Order: sequence, then structure tokens, then C-alpha cells
Amino acid sequence: MRRQVPLFIIICVGWVLLFSVFIPPMESWGEEASLFFDIIAVFAFFLGGGNLIRVHMMKVSRKSASWGYSVVTLVGFLMMLYVGLFKIGNPAGIGGSIDAKGSWFELMFTFVMSPLQSTMYSLLAFFVASASYRAFRAKNTEATILLLAAFVILLGRTPLGMVMTAWIPESFSIFQIPNMAIWIMNSPNLAGQRAIMIGIALGVISMSLRLLLGIERGYLGQEK
Amino acid sequence: MRMTITQTTHSLSRISFLSIILTLSFFIGVSQLRAQESDTSAIAAEQTQVPIANLGQITVTAADSPDDNGDRITVRWIDPGYRDLNGFTGYEIFRQSTTDGEFVLIGNAALVDTSFLDEKAPTGENFSYKISAVIGSQRQDSEASSPVSSVVQWFNWGKISVVIIGLLVCSAVIYFIETAKRGKKLFLRRIAGLEAIDEAVGRATEMGRPVLFVAGTQDMDDVQTLAGLTILGRVSRTIAQYDSQINMPCRSSLVMTAGREMIKEAYAMAGRPDAYSDDMVHYTTDEQFGFVAAVNGIMVREKPATCFYLGAFFAESLILAETGNSIDAIQIAGTAMPAQLPFFVAACDYTLIGEELFAASAYLSNEPKQLGSLKGQDLGKVVAMAAIVIGVIAVTASEAWQIDSMTWLADLLHRMFAIS
Amino acid sequence: MGFVVSAIVVGGGLLWIFIRSLRGKDVDRRIVFGFVGITVALAVLFQLKFGEVATPIVKTLFEKIETLPPGSKIVISYDFDPAMAPEVLPMANSFARHAFAKGHRVYFFSIWATGQSLLQVTLHDIIEKEFPDAVYGIDYVNMGYKAGNEGVLNVIITDIRKMYPGDVNGTSLDSIPMMKDVHSLKDMDLLLSIGGGKPGVKEWVLFAGDRGNIPTGGGAAAVSTPLLYPYYPKQLVGLLGGTKGAAEYESELIKRHPRFAKIKTPALDMMGPQTMAHVVIISFIIIGNVSYFRSRRKQANNG
Repeated sequence: MRRQVPLFIIICVGWVLLFSVFIPPMESWGEEASLFFDIIAVFAFFLGGGNLIRVHMMKVSRKSASWGYSVVTLVGFLMMLYVGLFKIGNPAGIGGSIDAKGSWFELMFTFVMSPLQSTMYSLLAFFVASASYRAFRAKNTEATILLLAAFVILLGRTPLGMVMTAWIPESFSIFQIPNMAIWIMNSPNLAGQRAIMIGIALGVISMSLRLLLGIERGYLGQEK
Repeated sequence: MRMTITQTTHSLSRISFLSIILTLSFFIGVSQLRAQESDTSAIAAEQTQVPIANLGQITVTAADSPDDNGDRITVRWIDPGYRDLNGFTGYEIFRQSTTDGEFVLIGNAALVDTSFLDEKAPTGENFSYKISAVIGSQRQDSEASSPVSSVVQWFNWGKISVVIIGLLVCSAVIYFIETAKRGKKLFLRRIAGLEAIDEAVGRATEMGRPVLFVAGTQDMDDVQTLAGLTILGRVSRTIAQYDSQINMPCRSSLVMTAGREMIKEAYAMAGRPDAYSDDMVHYTTDEQFGFVAAVNGIMVREKPATCFYLGAFFAESLILAETGNSIDAIQIAGTAMPAQLPFFVAACDYTLIGEELFAASAYLSNEPKQLGSLKGQDLGKVVAMAAIVIGVIAVTASEAWQIDSMTWLADLLHRMFAIS
Repeated sequence: MGFVVSAIVVGGGLLWIFIRSLRGKDVDRRIVFGFVGITVALAVLFQLKFGEVATPIVKTLFEKIETLPPGSKIVISYDFDPAMAPEVLPMANSFARHAFAKGHRVYFFSIWATGQSLLQVTLHDIIEKEFPDAVYGIDYVNMGYKAGNEGVLNVIITDIRKMYPGDVNGTSLDSIPMMKDVHSLKDMDLLLSIGGGKPGVKEWVLFAGDRGNIPTGGGAAAVSTPLLYPYYPKQLVGLLGGTKGAAEYESELIKRHPRFAKIKTPALDMMGPQTMAHVVIISFIIIGNVSYFRSRRKQANNG
């Protein structure tokens, strides 16, 4: 029964949504299903928040390894929740927009969350450097072509590429690095991307069909 | 679970559309460029001053909008030249219902428009339309159009090509599933990343360190997450058998719930239900880089011997994989996000590329029904390849030698694969 | 002066690493990290700047906004988080500036929870300061965030009020003047999504632009831009890819609208550090290959 009910819902709603694309009177059914999704998505926030508190409370009470981090997590979570829920410092009071200028929530978002997230994202710059240092080696012909393409793209994405090849006459402008970079991105790269995407699209169709036919049940936890 | 259904079907329709666009978009691009050229020249037409009286009337036609659920009428007009006059600011659209008899303003159209969609025309009721060209303070009215009513269409014929191609691929999948069920052996090429699962888990067991599993950073509404969870079933069963440890941080609480169910069941099947703990799967945060920080922290502190990244990933892919690399973990990744594949290939030991991720459940289960679906998918590839080759030949022949039949063929393929 | 100092410091350091690698010493990842950090810091410190020229994919989007008749309805959707903001917020600000300068009506949406807060930056720094005459409800409206990812688009493509009974402050849409003739997204003249994740530009194309036959454009973080090229030019009017795309748009905006000559240009400013970082990465790739060939020759000699 635990498997049959979800499977039944999957199959029914799945087919309804599929038909709603092709049968205009069924369009509103698809929209209703989307609204259901939105409602459930909102409730899922509670599920996650509850789990977060439970897991970290347990770590703190058991004094597990690195429990100090759990304290930071709990304090941060509860503080943001309190400030957001009761709209502390909100110029328009409890009825105003959650992120109104001057509210504590807005201040915490701007001065704590934004810089922290940007810091994590900026790690990419370092990891791209270390990964390319390790991966771009001219081990064989294919790798050498890849290496050359990487050079052209890296230079082409900066004004330096233009400066280096500005001397090339207009009639041979395709050999200017930025133009070569655009060509690599728009021709070989795009062709490759499209091939991968067509493969992925067919993979998704096949997987979706397995889901709709009830053949694929692994994600429900039923494996032989 | 409802989300799963919704999203899965979305993905199906979405990706089917996507595949169709991509297949022949190179020559759609060519035709689009041409269309753009003609549009630009039309807009660039110089404004001229002609007396209003000499221009004649605007011709208006109204018709039911095709392929919809009623309530919509498309009004089109031919402007004899008012739009080129100085002071022209646009058109006003008036509607007259046969029941109340008055022409009422229902909308405006911009300078370049030649049509207007009335989306509030109740099905079955008759309406007439008039267009007024606004030139300064003057209005130039058209004659009223013939009465027309909106009609409900029971099938969207604009998507018939999607239905045909979809049916073709789906029939092939079902045919091969049936063939496989009858016992025919199907060849499946080796997927190194999946073969390495046991070895990777074994390594973690030997080293006495945990296995880290990340089922992507998207919710249950992404079919890639489902594919990742399917592999989790197999990985967690091996972990349960080897008496190793798993740590699965989640960005979505729904993925967490599904992950727990799978791991719990795997432990029960391995005969060790007591060894399972809810703490193995835990929610971190919905914030993308907050999640990355949490996972990186786990990696640096716990130093897992094996890391699995299977699902949909964005910019976090390289940060995760490089951190995994720095702690010398054996890493198996799989995603259908083309932009992230190069990062995984560069930093991981094994990478499941795109469709291999979706093929994983069939590969691992070795069930004939699932294997058959992979074979059907291959037929879809053959269709895509054939359409690309024929399309390239048709467009080239049509452009280079102006062969009419080739132009016709190119147009046909364009109509089939273009989205209206 | 700044460029010379940066070149000496970075060039000298790279030369030292190159010589080390020639002697067979491997480059530790921390040295790579340190070098990228120093290079970017120097470029920021000395404010190294380079000129930018708009490429066709950026220019077509610019021309689209430029040629729309005044009063056209433009959606600008903030689909990103603070992490992506340094890269994509300049795009959103440029779009907003351009749209307001041309007298268009702007509808701000967000299908990312974090987008709503980041929109405040544009409202405060751009609209309130540079366009003090713009009136809320007549020239622009903030629809706020709704949960549900692309499901939101799936609904508002046919009926905005079903999902948004009111704007971000809860004001009924029917009492907002610029919402009077807006029933669904199909009433819009241009959709602009700024993002880099999911849902983002791709979802706006598939669920809104294509379905409603509405011109769609946008901007995305550089890492996800290659995924969006297949949609140009048929389904995307134009696209701004990463900092470079944003910088190109800023330069075009300044060139064509002299009133913006003195504005802050964060994307153009970031191109200096980006250029220097690319040079360092290229240098490391060269160094990596030199040491690879060296070790291979050594192995061959030993073998």
C-alpha cells in the first residue's frame, strides 16, 4: 500500500499533465496541479527547518565532534527566523514587506548573507585555476586541441585577446582571438552541447516513460 | 510524491520540446536571421506625410484563435499607411457584442502591431471588432469586422508534430520493453562509473571512513534527482552489506525524506535494520552556496573516502569536486547539466555523462523491462540523426542550387521541429 | 603605473614558479590559489580597466529595448541569489536603467526567494536615485517572490492574478494603474530574466516566452551561459553572458545614452581583475604542461 498510493498518484497526475499540453480544455488541470506543487513546496520548508533544528540540537546535547558549528547554525537559523517572522525593525511594522529598507532582516541579508554567499561563489575562481592546471595537459591529440581551444576562449573573454590580435587586417578578422572564441563557442561547442542535450532529452523521455508506466520504482525505495 | 509526478511530466514535455528545437535549430537560425533582416527593414521605413483622406480604410478581420480552450479571438488588420503619418501613436481596438450593441474600447496596440488577441471573448458569443488609428487628436475608424465567436478546440494541432515524434519514440521504447520481456538479450555497453560503485564503497570500508552522497542540488521535481536517488538505492545496499557509513546532506527536505526511505529499506534488505539511523540523511539549507559550505565542511572534517555526486548541479559542481579531490577521495559524479560536465570530468575519477545517469537504474537493476527502454531511446537517436543529416542536405541544396523539392523538404522539417 | 606594478609582481612570481617547475618541483594548489588571489587583489587595488565593445548577442537585446515604443511593458525577473549578484546584478541594473530611460513600464518579478531582497538594491540605488520622477504603480511595480519555481510561470502565463492577487506589499493588482490592462504574461512586450540557476532564463523561455510567443531575453552567470546559446536567436532575443556580457551592455548604454556617462560601471570595473585572472590561469596551464612534458621525458629516459 505504501508503494501503490504514490505510484497511483504519479501515474494519474503524470498522464493528466501530459494530456494538458495537447488538449486545450485540459490546460487548467495542468495549472491546478502546478498550484498543488506550490502549496506542497511551501510546507516542505517546515520539514527542512524541523530536521535542521533536531539534528543540530542532538549534536550539541551529545557534545559530538565539532558541536560548536552546530551552535552557530542554530543561533543563525533562529535569529533569522525571529527577525523575519516578527519583522523586527521593519519601518512598516508587521504588515510591511519582509525585506523593507531598514528592517533587521534586510540588514542581515545585505551585510551577512550576501557577503557569505559571494565568498563561497568566489571560491570558483580559485578552483577553476587549480582544476585547469591539473586537467589541461597535452597528453594526446584530443587533449591538445582542447587545450588550444581553452587558450582562445580564456583570452577571447577578455579585452586582452583583442589587444593581442588587433593588428590582423579586417579581411582576416576571423583570426582575431575574440572572433575565434565566438566561433568556438557558437560552432564546435554548440554542436557538442546540442548532441549531449539531444541524448539527455531522449534519456529523460525514456526515464519519464518508465515513471509513467510504473516500471521505474527505484526512487520509491523498492528494489529487488 | 505529487511533486514528482508534476515535475516528471513537466520534464517530459519540456525536454521533448527541447530535443525538437535542438535537432534542427541550425537552419531555424538561418531562417530567423532572414526574418530579422526583413523586420528591420520594415521598421526602418521612413515616415512620410500623406493626407489622411487619401489613404482609404483600415481592413479588419477577426477569427477564432486556433488550438485553444475558447475565449480567444484574434483580430488582424491591414493599415493602408496611417502608421507612417507624423503624429501616429498606435491603434485602439473596439468590440461590439451582438447582445449589447455598443462598441467598447478593449485595448490598444503599438505602432508596429498588425494583430490583437482578445482573451476575454466568452465562447459561443458573437463579436464584431473595429480598429481606430490614432493620429494626434484625430481617429481614423475602420469598418466593423464580420461577427465571429470563439470556439473550444479539443486538440492543439499546432503540436501535432510533437505528438507524432513523441509517439514514435514512446512506441519504440514500449516495443523494446516487450521484446526484452520475451527474453531477448540486449547488449548494453559498459559504464565504468557504475561498475566502480562496489570498489569505491569497498575502499571507504577498508579505510574506515564514511561515504558522502549528494543527490544533486535540485528538488524532487527534477528527473535528475530521481535518477540520483535510484543509484542511492544500490550504493546504500552495498554500504549496508559492507557495514560502512553513509552521510547524505540534502538541500531539499523532500529529497531528505526520500533518501531516508531508500537507505532505511536498503539496510532492512541487507538484514541490518538496527544499523540505520535517521542522522545519515540530513537537511542543511536551501541556499545554494550555504549548502556548498555545509558539504565542504563535512568533507574537510570527516574526510570521506568516497564521494558520489549524482543529480542536477550548477556552479557548485567544481567547488565540491575540487574539495573532494583535495582530500584524496575517490569521486563518482553524474549529471545531465552539460555546463557542469567538464568540471566533473576534470576533477572526478568517474563521470556519468548525461544520458548515462538516466540509464543507471536500468544498468544496475538489469531488469529486461528497464533495459528495453534504453534500446528504444537509441531509436530516438537514430531519428534525430537522420533528421539532422536530411535537414543539412535539404538546406544546403536549397540554398546553393535553389532546388524546389529541397526547399519544400527543408520547410517541412522546419515546420515539424519548430515550436509555434 | 598600477598595471606596471601588477605586471612586475605577477610576472615575476610566475617566472619563479616556471623556473621551479623546470627543476621538477610540483606546484602546490595553495600556490595556485595564492596567485589568483594576489592577481585579482592587485587589479582591484589599481583599478585596472579595459574598453569593451558590444557583441551581436548583447547588441540585439540592447536594440530590442531601445526600439520598443515608450510605455511598452517589460518584465525584469530577479532569479538569482547574493552569490551570483556581483556577476548578474549589474545586468539587472543596466536593464532597469535602460527601460526607465526609454519610458517603458517595468514589472519586477522574482521566482527565487533571494531575488526579492536583491531587487531592493535596484529600487534604492537606481530607480529612487536616478529616476526620482518614476511613480510606483504607474511606471513600475514590484510583484515580489512566489514559491513554486517554474510552476509559477506555468500559471502566470495564462493568469497573473491567480498567483499574484496583490503586489509585494499586498496591494490588490486591480488598484494598481499599470496592471489594469495586464491579464497574463502574454500582455507583456518583453521578458527579461536574470539568473544562472534553475529556474532561470531557460525556464522563462520554455514556460513563458515560447508558450506565449513573447520576446524573451536576459542575462546569466558565465558558467551557465553555454547552456543558453542554443536558444539564440530564435527563442532568445539576446543574452548577456557573465561579467563580460554585463560590461558590454554597460559600455553600449554609456555610448548611446550620454546621460549615463557618469554612472557606476561595476561590470566594466570587474573586467580588469577578470582579464588578469585569465592570464594567470593561462600561465599555470603552460607551467603545468611544461612540467608534464619534463616528467614524461624523464620517464622515457629512465625507461
